[in-house]
Amino acid sequence: MFGKLTIEALPLYSPIAAGGAAVTVGGALLVAIVLTYLKAWKYLWTDWLTSVDHKRIGIMYVVLALIMLLRGFVDALMMRAQQAMALNSGGYLPPEHFDQIFSSHGTIMIFFMAMPFMTGLMNVIVPLQIGTRDVAFPWLNAVSLWLSAAGAALVMVSLVIGKFSTAGWTGYPPYSGIEYNPGVGVDYWIWAILISGVGSTMSGINFIVTILKRRAPGMTLMRMTPFVWTALVASVLMAFAFPAITVACGLLALDRLAGMHFFTNAHGGNMMNYVNLFWIWGHPEVYILILPAFGIFSEVVSTFSRKRLFGYESLVYATAAIGILSFTVWLHHFFTMGSSANVNAFFGVMTMIIAVPTGVKVFNWLLTMYRGRIEFHPSMMWSIGFIVTFVIGGMTGVLLAIPPADFLMHNTTFLVAHFHNMIIPGVLFGYLAGYMYWFPKAFGFAFHRGWGLGAFWCWIIGFYLAFMPLYLLGLKGMPRRMETYNDPTWQPYLLVAASGALVVLCGIGCMVMQLYVSIRDRAKTRDLTGDPFDGRTLEWSTSSPPPPYNFAVIPTVGDREAFLEMKEKGIAYRRPAAYEPIRIPSNTPIGVILGAFGFVLGFAMVWHIWWLVLASGLVLFAAVIVRSSNDDQEFTMSAAEVKAIEDQRYRQLGSRS
Amino acid sequence: MSVAPMSAPSMTAHEREEIETHEQRALGFWLYLMGDAVIFALLFATYAIMIPGTDGGPTGKELFELDNAAIETALLLVSSMTFGFASLQVKAGNRGAVLLWLAITFVLGAAFVFLEVREFAGMIAKGAGPDRSGFLSAFFTLVGTHGVHVTMGLIWIVVLGAQVALKGLTLPVASRLYRLGLFWHFLDIAWVGIFSIVYLPGLL
Amino acid sequence: MIDPKGPIALAERNLLFDAFCVMMIVVVPVIVLTLWFAWRYRASNTKAVYAPTWANSVKIDALTWLIPAVIVIAVAVLLWRATHRLDPYRPLESKEPPIDVQVVAQDWKWLFIYPEQGIAVVNQLVFPAGRPVSLRITSDTVMNSFYVPQLAGQIYAMAGMQTRLQMLADQPGTFVGRNSQYSGGGYSQQHFEVKAMNQADFDAWVARAKQGGTRLDATTYPALAAQSRANPITYYSTVEPKLFDSIIDKYRHSGHAHSAPVRR
Repeated sequence: MFGKLTIEALPLYSPIAAGGAAVTVGGALLVAIVLTYLKAWKYLWTDWLTSVDHKRIGIMYVVLALIMLLRGFVDALMMRAQQAMALNSGGYLPPEHFDQIFSSHGTIMIFFMAMPFMTGLMNVIVPLQIGTRDVAFPWLNAVSLWLSAAGAALVMVSLVIGKFSTAGWTGYPPYSGIEYNPGVGVDYWIWAILISGVGSTMSGINFIVTILKRRAPGMTLMRMTPFVWTALVASVLMAFAFPAITVACGLLALDRLAGMHFFTNAHGGNMMNYVNLFWIWGHPEVYILILPAFGIFSEVVSTFSRKRLFGYESLVYATAAIGILSFTVWLHHFFTMGSSANVNAFFGVMTMIIAVPTGVKVFNWLLTMYRGRIEFHPSMMWSIGFIVTFVIGGMTGVLLAIPPADFLMHNTTFLVAHFHNMIIPGVLFGYLAGYMYWFPKAFGFAFHRGWGLGAFWCWIIGFYLAFMPLYLLGLKGMPRRMETYNDPTWQPYLLVAASGALVVLCGIGCMVMQLYVSIRDRAKTRDLTGDPFDGRTLEWSTSSPPPPYNFAVIPTVGDREAFLEMKEKGIAYRRPAAYEPIRIPSNTPIGVILGAFGFVLGFAMVWHIWWLVLASGLVLFAAVIVRSSNDDQEFTMSAAEVKAIEDQRYRQLGSRS
Repeated sequence: MSVAPMSAPSMTAHEREEIETHEQRALGFWLYLMGDAVIFALLFATYAIMIPGTDGGPTGKELFELDNAAIETALLLVSSMTFGFASLQVKAGNRGAVLLWLAITFVLGAAFVFLEVREFAGMIAKGAGPDRSGFLSAFFTLVGTHGVHVTMGLIWIVVLGAQVALKGLTLPVASRLYRLGLFWHFLDIAWVGIFSIVYLPGLL
Repeated sequence: MIDPKGPIALAERNLLFDAFCVMMIVVVPVIVLTLWFAWRYRASNTKAVYAPTWANSVKIDALTWLIPAVIVIAVAVLLWRATHRLDPYRPLESKEPPIDVQVVAQDWKWLFIYPEQGIAVVNQLVFPAGRPVSLRITSDTVMNSFYVPQLAGQIYAMAGMQTRLQMLADQPGTFVGRNSQYSGGGYSQQHFEVKAMNQADFDAWVARAKQGGTRLDATTYPALAAQSRANPITYYSTVEPKLFDSIIDKYRHSGHAHSAPVRR
């Protein structure tokens, strides 16, 4: 009846694991109680969960990302604490638990923190910046969101029922195969990735079509904002790289479920094929994450330097070049697998070539600051902190791209420090810069600057404290993922690294305070103009938050900095003679339904509950067929309704001036 | 790529929007197919790598029957043609003929799936199932993935057949038929790859 | 910092340092310029030049592409040469004859087989200083990575396949070797002692190892290969010839070439 699922699946094997489960369940219950107390369920359902509005979907993506950031960060704290303690001892975590933690940390941070954060920011901003009313496929967009949420939920549920994978976020076979890992952990990992991966692929397709087909008149490709450009290239990578991880995880699932031999040690399996498939996705994934962050930095640096972005064409070509090159370097993740010197050297050189367009971008940001008027908004601080820190990470990346040097540093904490040096300052700082930059646009009130600056300083100091020691430890030959160690000279470094994690904890505290203070003071800090930073691009031309239709009249674009040009020409905020009715996609529960049953399907696959697999599969099928047969997916907002909303907007604008 | 006559000046804004919507869906579907092609490409590559991994078990030469594969190929190619006739009748607005050609396409596709399932069952009965060796895992997964796609296509034909019968050849239904056509022809191309990479070299 | 005690690790580390120095040519100015520009062009400094529309310069654009390109070309040349010179499959040039050692990764320990001496050791790798050591590496479990930071760097150990690594210790000494590829519960304790001795001491060590009277063959091997943590150093005075090959072969069906491109 319940497949492999028994009462044994509860995490009573260790008090710490049971504690983690209790916090998860307690947190979910608390949210449910608060929602019930506030009588917010109906509002939540009709205005948010069933919404297909790209802005709301984007905000929900970011909420998911922030929740998962907390979870992933707790994992990080636990690892740092373990390694700080575990000299010649078991620390406080048994290996089986420590291994789940490093696996879930990586999986969550990449798939369920960074990916939703990026997709969320793209959702909120891209349609506004290209001057359209929604993405090309609004309900598919909702499905993408809820499939990502379903994957995240599977990872969270593994805390309570059963165990998570111990095979790391990369899940290399044969260790992740059924022979060496008969439990359910790897299955949780596989299904979380497969389900959310479908969502990411569809997001990629959605944004390619949106950007190529729905730009406002006059917005040629070379007038698109740098963020839209990076979002376009990242979307192309999403659409064409995610199939590779679908294949890698799918074949691993077949090995585990159907006794196949794709990656087994014996019977003709070939584990090296998995490693190749994984990184054919895995390296483009790095650029899927970082390119949109580069786009955000470009917007932020230009806005807060009060200056046109330097070398726009160079930046565009560099972005495209990075996108193409990202598919040609995957082998550098395994120089130590015994490829010939020619192969290793080829992939090493290709990897270095990526440093050229990346370097161009860094120079362009620098030259944008040059002769500007720089305002130290938190977003600008994230950007400056990024440039300074990122060049260090880029430098260590070039070092690792030299195969013989990689023989020395591969799989050590040097590698761990390197990729955190790319992903924290490069990716996360970029998203946080975007989050603090566009928050007033999304919600209509200011985001507290002081706490934002506090978060920045804690994060950057914490980052250096946490990862510089790991560089040094790697140079001393400490492998990654060690639950215990016997070299006393390592411990001081690990203690410093742990202190760094604590400083980052303060940074996360600042982020929580920033939200609290900003929401508390929202009545006093309303953004009445929709343009709090003297913005340059179209998203600042609408109200904050934008109306459901974004633009009452689709703007005509005459320049790369479309809104700045309108302001300079004095045609910004000009009212049309009359409004027209607007077609708007209707809300639908289909996204939530597919997400919920996607989750059930994944859960049933993990625990081999075959009847439930069949049942949830049928529901998914039926739901898709019913929805896709529906011809009437929009409603019309009348010209009068549009006028009423716009009247309100112009009253606000008038009251300010 | 367009599914309807280009926008004439007499069209309302709403009609133009609707045509643009279907053009966007066509582009989105092309992108989906390209992503699906990546999946097939990687499965082809995996198969090619694993040809030697027979673990002492049967090889392609011992297992594959060219007759069967040739009949499967013929069925699928002809079904692509009959789907093409259905598409032509969509343009002509001939509802009954569309349904007839869809039905014929369905029968041909179903026959293909039947032959494939029979081939699989025969191999498994001989002890040459997907768990026998890495080579057979790759074979069943590559060919099976294509077979699952064809099966999805059959379900889709039924769903759209019902829509044609109930709703007629409206713009949304015609645009869905257009995308189903892309999908069906894509499966043909994938099969030609399978026939020439899996079956032919396996027998030579 | 890694303190290399042999020419391979030294060359690898020097490569790291050389590339580091080349990279500093661009990294340091970028960091300095970023901080300087941020300070110099702060909004409150109204004395600084403000050029809000200056956004294009063909010359500067060319420079922004050229500077990284030149650095990358320099490092790429370094890379290409070094990758061939330090190919772990390439035997070391030395007047001394190399010593062959076969390495088997197990859960969670390392087995070293000395085919010439006919002995085997668990969790200890001993060899004469000054003589090249030619390693053939496989795994009898999941993927491992054989790693001796101070002497050799690392390479993966994979079942049914053989990888290679060369090393050489300049002077006698004791070092640490590890698995760096996570492999399960006993991974953290899967380290081994690496000892370089002078030739006489090595010969004496071999002679001592031969006195134990324990034999490693098809019957005793499975017990050793079973999972165990933090194994003590264990000696086998005789080893079945071809044991290493049979460990690889058991993952491949006889009579069929394996699909994996194994470099010998």
